[in-house]
Amino acid sequence: MAVTVAPQAAPAPASRPRITAYTAERFALLAVWVLLIAGFGVALPDSFLTWGNFSILFASYAPGALLSLAIIVPLTAGDFDLSVGATLTLSSCIIGVLNVWGGVPLPLALLAALLAGIMVGAANAFFILWFRIPSLVVTLGTTSLMTGLVQWMTDSSTIGGIAQGLVTAVVGGTLLGVPYAFYYALATAILMWFVFEYLPLGRRLLFVGRGREVARLNGIAVDRVRAGALIASAVIATAAGAVYAGVLGSADPSSGLNYLLPAFAAAFLGATTIMPGRFNPWGAIVATYFLATGITGLSMLGIPLWVTNVFNGGALIIAVMVSQLTRGREASDIG
Amino acid sequence: MPPPVLRVEGIAKTFGGERALVGIGFDVRPGEVHGLLGRNGSGKSTLVKILAGYHVPDPGGRLEINGEPVDLPLRPGDFRRHGLAFLHQNLGLVPSLTVLENLRLDSITRGARPIRWRAERAAAAAALGRYEVAVDPAARIDTLAPVDRALVAIVRAVEEIRRAHAATGRPGLLVLDEPTPFLPRTSVGRLFALVRRIVAEGSGVIFISHDIDEVLEITDRITVLRDGDVVGTRTTSAVSHGDIVELIVGRRLAATQRAPAATARATFAEVSDLAGRSVQPTRLAIGAGEVLGLTGLIGSGYAEVPYLLFGARPGGGLLKLADAPYDLAAMTPRRALALGMALLPGDRQGAGGIDTLPVVDNLFLPDLARFLRHGRLQRKVMMQEAAQIGRRFEVMPNNPVLPLSALSGGNAQKVLLARWMNRTPRLLLLDEPTQGVDVGTRQQIFAFLRTAAAGGMAVVCASSDAEQLAEICDRVLVFARGRIVAELDAAPGKDAIAEACYATTPLATAA
Repeated sequence: MAVTVAPQAAPAPASRPRITAYTAERFALLAVWVLLIAGFGVALPDSFLTWGNFSILFASYAPGALLSLAIIVPLTAGDFDLSVGATLTLSSCIIGVLNVWGGVPLPLALLAALLAGIMVGAANAFFILWFRIPSLVVTLGTTSLMTGLVQWMTDSSTIGGIAQGLVTAVVGGTLLGVPYAFYYALATAILMWFVFEYLPLGRRLLFVGRGREVARLNGIAVDRVRAGALIASAVIATAAGAVYAGVLGSADPSSGLNYLLPAFAAAFLGATTIMPGRFNPWGAIVATYFLATGITGLSMLGIPLWVTNVFNGGALIIAVMVSQLTRGREASDIG
Repeated sequence: MPPPVLRVEGIAKTFGGERALVGIGFDVRPGEVHGLLGRNGSGKSTLVKILAGYHVPDPGGRLEINGEPVDLPLRPGDFRRHGLAFLHQNLGLVPSLTVLENLRLDSITRGARPIRWRAERAAAAAALGRYEVAVDPAARIDTLAPVDRALVAIVRAVEEIRRAHAATGRPGLLVLDEPTPFLPRTSVGRLFALVRRIVAEGSGVIFISHDIDEVLEITDRITVLRDGDVVGTRTTSAVSHGDIVELIVGRRLAATQRAPAATARATFAEVSDLAGRSVQPTRLAIGAGEVLGLTGLIGSGYAEVPYLLFGARPGGGLLKLADAPYDLAAMTPRRALALGMALLPGDRQGAGGIDTLPVVDNLFLPDLARFLRHGRLQRKVMMQEAAQIGRRFEVMPNNPVLPLSALSGGNAQKVLLARWMNRTPRLLLLDEPTQGVDVGTRQQIFAFLRTAAAGGMAVVCASSDAEQLAEICDRVLVFARGRIVAELDAAPGKDAIAEACYATTPLATAA
């Protein structure tokens, strides 16, 4: 994957040794990823190291990748959005209920899901900004609220038989051997990278997250930026829900929340790589697929399920710890 | 006669070759309120910090508590054992907890035994009752009036002294370090009533304040420090307001401080009915190309003015610029920027710049739109311009990709000043622009400001540093209790500014 990074992320050209350490840190996770693939490849040359396996891996973790991309928008602006997992479920179930049970054409169902997503983001923003309730509390509440609504809507049952159009668009074909699903995540990452690095909006997001008072005194409409970030994360989570429905070919009212913690892990793990110290979309993508590779390889080795959770958690804590140590425990987005 | 509660002799302190205290001596008697006065930097806080065990004094000084010599240096926290208690301006209360929890903090957080709430409640009620402080023990601190918070904090400090007293049978000493500047005038009486009850029990109180009227009202004796030395200890009933100012400043206050006739300068802005948390309705004018200083004692309101004009803090008033009047109640930083105003806040890390982000980003924060060309931010152009600005403002090291935290305080301040100067605002508002800035950089910053003012920029500088104001200001407004009490024209000297801070009668023309 070609990775481009804005020049301002690099430290002083004068300090040679830091550049080396910094470059090493930027690509450390990528290197570990390659080692991981090599390791599993040696252990399972016939099953793991096949294009088919990677093709499935890329497609099935696309919703997770989108979710971690969604999370880093409000995280950069200084807010936690725990509700993205429930928003993903809500989106896929709205599509399922309307399309399968209601017979609504797919484009309209997708539009309805999008509107619901915008409403979720706006509701989060309203409670967080108007009543000044901590984002953690609000989004925890809306998570539970949406989970309940989804159970009511779907009778807690999986809705199969979603319009073939969606399935085709997501996993119906491949580009360069990788299913379409992956490219939705990639496109979102490219868009976010451009906004984060090359638009004033991205700088505003960063400044609001790092210093609200500074941002305010520099004429930035802090509340508007935070609200926008929360709506953006809900919209991206909605897209993740649509991709999820396409990958499964059905709407599952219960499994979406399982994506939440790994997505947060990927967001924070991603902040230790590519542009260490900042939440960044490429880092989130790399981290998502790094974790996915580990889990896939371990389960193919026949290692019990609990090990994958240990792997997820262990990788996150070790990576963040190493990252903090290399940068002398300086303040960053992660802390 | 019982020995003094506290006696210090020959206490000196040197900071890196600079003598902050030259070897001072005074004593506090049991049952006495002893005022400790002096300008900022006269050595008061250094002395308090030595007593609190925060600073190590130079060898050779003596400290006696209740007639017994105490080994120096004191270790932090040692003062409790000796029956000393300190109350600083920030009170040290937890705002989101109740009065009860704050008062009994020690007892309910120590040890492993279950908390006996009934006993704790009784103890808190007894402590409040003993000093007739009518506060509900179940109320949260942040719901209390400022004076009640101060009273609760004092009661807690006095309880500490009582505990030491119960152990040793000796009187204690309470140090009140500027407890009053943020209290409404009407409630200071309640605080003084509490102080009188405390000394009636035999303890001593050191009362540190800039407010001479309050000092005259509550203290029995005063000790005045100037330039790290004791100027004198006096019996309060034998001195006048003017005597005290003379002791503090070193010369007699001019009899009248008349507002001069209107200045020849063209007026850039007129502000009327300016009001905020600590500013009473005030009128002031800012001339074009003028460097206007604002000063006063802590809590007098001058420091709030730049923020009120910029719409950064809630307040009210009317700002009249050449083109139109603007309601300050509706002013926001955004609008102020659009009007050509700029604010350099005093809190460099919290409100000025973001330490973890590169210089270039800090520099162009309000100007991002300018660099948006062909649908994207022109990083290269930003870098080049940042390097240019860095050269112009002599930022060292001049490397725009470094995080702001990699720069010294002075250089970081130059970056933040450059952010605003680069936009050539019509009105530049500064709050303590050279705090934590080295001497060389100070001179550079002064030079930038003078050049800008010569070019027609109006500059308002709030500062407690008389020397700085004397150096850069064409005119200085002195605040006391939220009002302008003196207007010093024609580039006033630093002594004139310092002594005007102790004036208390509002100017007729400024009211």
